[in-house]
Amino acid sequence: MTTTPRSIVVLAGGLSHERDISLRSGRRVADSLQQHGINVVMRDPDATLIDYLVENRPDVIWPVLHGASGEDGSLKALLDFLGIPFVGSRSDATRLAWDKPTAKTLVSRAGVATPHSIAVTRDSFRELGASAVLGVIGGELQGSVVVKPGKGGSAQGVVLVDAHDDLPRAMVSAYTYSEVALVEQKITGTEIAVSIIDTGDGPVALPAIEIEPISGVYSFEARYTAGETRYYAPARISDEVAAKAAETAIAAHTALGLRHISRIDLIVDSAGTPWFLEASTMPGLTETSLFPLALEAAGHDVGWVYSALADAAALP
Amino acid sequence: MTTQGQSGGNNLDPWYDHYADRTAGLSASEVRALFAVASRPEVVSLAGGMPFVSALPKDRLDDTLDRVMRDRGPVALQYGSGQGDPKLREQILEVMALEGIRASADDIVVTTGSQHALELITKLFINPGDIVIAEGPSYVTAMVVFRSFQAQIEHADMDEFGLIPEALRTKIASLKAEGKSLKFLYTIPTFSNPAGVTLTWERRIEILEICRSEGILVLEDNPYGLLYFDAPPPHAMRSVDDEGVVYLGTFSKTLAPGFRVGWALAPHAIREKLILANEAAVLSPSSFSQLVISDYLATTDWKGQIDTFRGVYRDRRDALLQGLEDYLPDLSWTVPNGGFYVWLTLPDHLDSKAMLPRAVTELVAYTPGTAFYADGSGRNKIRLSFCYPTPDFIREGVRRLTKVINGELELLETFAGTGQLDVIRDDVKISSPPPNIN
Repeated sequence: MTTTPRSIVVLAGGLSHERDISLRSGRRVADSLQQHGINVVMRDPDATLIDYLVENRPDVIWPVLHGASGEDGSLKALLDFLGIPFVGSRSDATRLAWDKPTAKTLVSRAGVATPHSIAVTRDSFRELGASAVLGVIGGELQGSVVVKPGKGGSAQGVVLVDAHDDLPRAMVSAYTYSEVALVEQKITGTEIAVSIIDTGDGPVALPAIEIEPISGVYSFEARYTAGETRYYAPARISDEVAAKAAETAIAAHTALGLRHISRIDLIVDSAGTPWFLEASTMPGLTETSLFPLALEAAGHDVGWVYSALADAAALP
Repeated sequence: MTTQGQSGGNNLDPWYDHYADRTAGLSASEVRALFAVASRPEVVSLAGGMPFVSALPKDRLDDTLDRVMRDRGPVALQYGSGQGDPKLREQILEVMALEGIRASADDIVVTTGSQHALELITKLFINPGDIVIAEGPSYVTAMVVFRSFQAQIEHADMDEFGLIPEALRTKIASLKAEGKSLKFLYTIPTFSNPAGVTLTWERRIEILEICRSEGILVLEDNPYGLLYFDAPPPHAMRSVDDEGVVYLGTFSKTLAPGFRVGWALAPHAIREKLILANEAAVLSPSSFSQLVISDYLATTDWKGQIDTFRGVYRDRRDALLQGLEDYLPDLSWTVPNGGFYVWLTLPDHLDSKAMLPRAVTELVAYTPGTAFYADGSGRNKIRLSFCYPTPDFIREGVRRLTKVINGELELLETFAGTGQLDVIRDDVKISSPPPNIN
């Protein structure tokens, strides 16, 4: 391992729908790094950021940005151009993972199971007629479906649809966030999240965290209100299934070309098969987020891991 | 206590089962999270009711702060009276006199903003299940307070002239018929939040009479009364009823909210209990803030400063109204003669809360109408605040809002005929913005 970077800029906030979550995650990362003796400056990416980075040239940048401003890959592309190392996946991988339908395709090609789904643009509905499109979707995806914005996180705009009649409203909700909506077959099973870290020696899966929201839906409120979701760490699955989930998560992480840190959301069906739902290239790192829980379950010191990830980013 | 560890899982809050029932609604909110973006300068926020404090005379305030610390430092930094500084209470009489109120300084209790007075009054009067009647729509954070004491909020309708007396009468009769315990009427009669409308003098008298005859206390919240743009509004309700009205005032809008100084003017018996409740909550309101405000009132042309605020807010209201006229001529909105807010009515089937993410994407923020009702009404309403952004920014905000509304209408139109959403009518489409807009 190289020497610990002397200065780290944590980027948090931005203009995305997840600004609030990003600020909370960023503060947690900054605090943990500072407690580890590292000089940290926290910045909101704005019109002064690039001049600041050029002038101060931090050793490493940690973009703790959720949503479009951090996870669409553009900021990271700029950091590459500036030649400043950063924690997290490179811009192309970030962009692919951020687009849920694309991520599902790539992961599926790597042999990982992912729920049957369709990605539909808003324009398709306009051109082909909503009733006709909904009819095709309903014919193919029977039973409960999950409608998600094609891009986005924190369950914003996500709706579980049990009755086909509720599909139009769910589509409208998804399109409020994104021009593409993903309609995905609901898989019944155990919802788990597998966090991955790679501090330079290859991706390692942390213990799977099982998610059991009290309301039954892992909504925005269930994610960010302490007490509203029960977490099991490690998940209540057999060792064999846990190993399979870890393997699946690493396969997804690798197929998407991710690095340093990710969280892979899976659902394990009654046969013990883990299904890939989505990947987060910068998972939430708040008090109620799954990634810090997984670190704790693995017996890792959060500050040490965050510092080690910054070290890995600083490697040439 | 919540079980921890593998067998029972971990809900990240070991005290989850210990909270009082009244905290049931306190959870993270997607809408609230979306508002985080409103603090960025790129966003035109028509959401928050933040006074434009940059219009204050900074040099004069610097002098005041220096003088207070130099001449009265030990007093400013010490605990004070639970009722509030006696000199400031005398000065508050001068402020209230502008709205026709004659009272005694003995009946004033200084509080940590009028919001705190609202909380104290609610604490004094409300048992779980008691009724608070409020205008529909009403001030969102007042309703948060009422709910936190487990009050049941019932709305009485209002129109462009404020609360409708007949609606109040009918509401009271129906609640009494159900055997409900009615405690008080909460009203912002002047430049209301969020509707921006003002209760006429005749209605004030009629509503006071209704409440007097029904034995219902009136809680008159008046943060905006002095911020009129054209003719002064009618005098406060408290000006004609010193027994049945608790009046709430504040320096947050006529000076600055950062001081957190407001007051309640209450009938003698209520005042006694208010003082005790105030002491129980905060021991004493901030001595420092009270002395600064007292010095400011004594040494500065504060009435002239209120005139300055009126000019600033009048220009901004005009910019908002002109923007609405230019960009959204088919919609309807209120035209306030003062205060901070315009209440916009969208086409029937738009849901302003549901389209908020689209607004954030377009870098404009507003407050969805449902926030101002306890019963889920107001889906197609929006509160627009004109107090903080500059006129140019306000106009740009309306332009962006138009894009949001049109985008949502187009989306709903796409799904028309699919069952749930076949509701789009040709007559609700919004005109395109005029070509000559910057």
